[in-house]
Amino acid sequence: MIAHSVFFYIFSLIAIVSAVMVTVSKNTVHSVFFLILDFISISCLFIMIGAEFLGMIMLIVYVGAVAVLFLFVVMMLNVAEQKGQWFSSRWDGGTHIPVGLLVSLIIFFELIIVIGGWKYKPDLLNSLSINVSNEVTNTRSIGNVLYTDYILLFQISGMILLVAMIGAIVLTYRERAGVKRQSYVKQISRERDEGVDLVDAERNKGVKIDA
Amino acid sequence: MDSYFSILFTEVYKILFLLVPVLVSVAMIVWLDRRVWAFVQKRRGPNVVGPFGLFQSLADALKYIFKEIIIPASANKLVFVLAPVVTMTLALISWAVIPFGEDFVLADINVGILYLFAVSSLGVYGIIMGGWASNSKYPFLGAIRSAAQMVSYEVSIGVIIINVLLCVGSLNLSDIVMAQQNLWFVIPLFPMFVIFFISALAETNRPPFDLPEAEAELVAGYQTEYSGMMYAMFWLGEYANILLMCAMGSVLFLGGWLSPIDIFPFNTIPGPFWLIFKILFLFILFALVKATVPRYRYDQLMKLGWKIFLPFSLFYVVLTSSFLLYFDLLPGK
Repeated sequence: MIAHSVFFYIFSLIAIVSAVMVTVSKNTVHSVFFLILDFISISCLFIMIGAEFLGMIMLIVYVGAVAVLFLFVVMMLNVAEQKGQWFSSRWDGGTHIPVGLLVSLIIFFELIIVIGGWKYKPDLLNSLSINVSNEVTNTRSIGNVLYTDYILLFQISGMILLVAMIGAIVLTYRERAGVKRQSYVKQISRERDEGVDLVDAERNKGVKIDA
Repeated sequence: MDSYFSILFTEVYKILFLLVPVLVSVAMIVWLDRRVWAFVQKRRGPNVVGPFGLFQSLADALKYIFKEIIIPASANKLVFVLAPVVTMTLALISWAVIPFGEDFVLADINVGILYLFAVSSLGVYGIIMGGWASNSKYPFLGAIRSAAQMVSYEVSIGVIIINVLLCVGSLNLSDIVMAQQNLWFVIPLFPMFVIFFISALAETNRPPFDLPEAEAELVAGYQTEYSGMMYAMFWLGEYANILLMCAMGSVLFLGGWLSPIDIFPFNTIPGPFWLIFKILFLFILFALVKATVPRYRYDQLMKLGWKIFLPFSLFYVVLTSSFLLYFDLLPGK
């Protein structure tokens, strides 16, 4: 049990420190790396409480895909060095700090409400119809709930994600003229007759070739 | 506390027992790769150091150790040093869940296949970190290419894994092998095996998909600025990843440690040897592909991943699940 709590404190310490470093670090790419470290330690915490499926999915989805896209954007946009830091003495009068404070305050109060509700009504957790047991792996129990009771919500959220994806593609798509595309079918089905044209060239005239 | 430390020591012992053979076989596999490659091109390949040139990799390693490690002045030093370490570590930690036989596995976890998938999807970070931290154009382009390529092919590998999992009903790798006792999945899921093999080539940046290090365009891609032991670590990590992909292919499709037919001379050979044979078989296929197929163009690579493999493997998921449902073969009821 001691080892368990030691590891818990190690992982949570890493998680908290890296979460702070995400906002504090000067270099944006470093922020993303700290974000990745944060995701990894959170998924370690998930695994420690026995939610191995969630931990692995966290790794695959957030670290393996989402954070890669973050890195892509940050690296491509070339915003490596941030100009004014929020804790520096000369504040450049940006408007992002009040908004950020507002959002974090709202999240803070939400957390208080959630934790308070759990504190004052301990049977809140038991009201969910998930029976957690050691015999059934949590992959199976999540599947049992997700694909039976909450199938509609699951499908709707999938649909929303699909719509968002299509929307992003439509917004960024622009048709460019003069792009040469390769068509395998066209290339393969080309016959000799189309490719070769025999011309009787007259003397001293030359042949005009249509491009 | 005392028992905890004894557990720790036995675990460390087991880990060493696994890691040392893996590292040695990575070195040997480089030699095998070069020999197969030379064989196809009617050359001799490395044959001078030791019998059949077997110690060539050791000689190379010695050379790398004694070379100077150069860190570019404008590089981001910490990330630059960290990148090969990340590649190497990620390539090695995945071996923890590979089952070499019945109850012969370091960590028999419930979500083994997800763990493998997660760790292989983390592998892209070593490359991105190396490419970005070098602070130079070629490595950066190589890293961007590599990241896009690996993310794309992970999608189709994920869908292929779903196909296998539908037939098994468990995420545990030992269960996956045991489910193939009667029939290896390579037979009913043969198209998936082919797609898995090609995606594994792309996932490990092997030819014909070695665009991240296409020497004609990008010098050496993300590892251009690396030298000495750090370069060797990238290289070892890459080969460890290739071996891992071969192991994954043998566990998912070729029946892991099971012998092909359960009759006398075959079933006396212990399981780990069968797994090693299968890994070697897949690796020789990897090497043959490297020697025979020309490099893909980048747009062809993306087209293959997203427009051909992904729809086809999704279609196969539907096919597999409807087949299992119709003939009432769904596992785990």
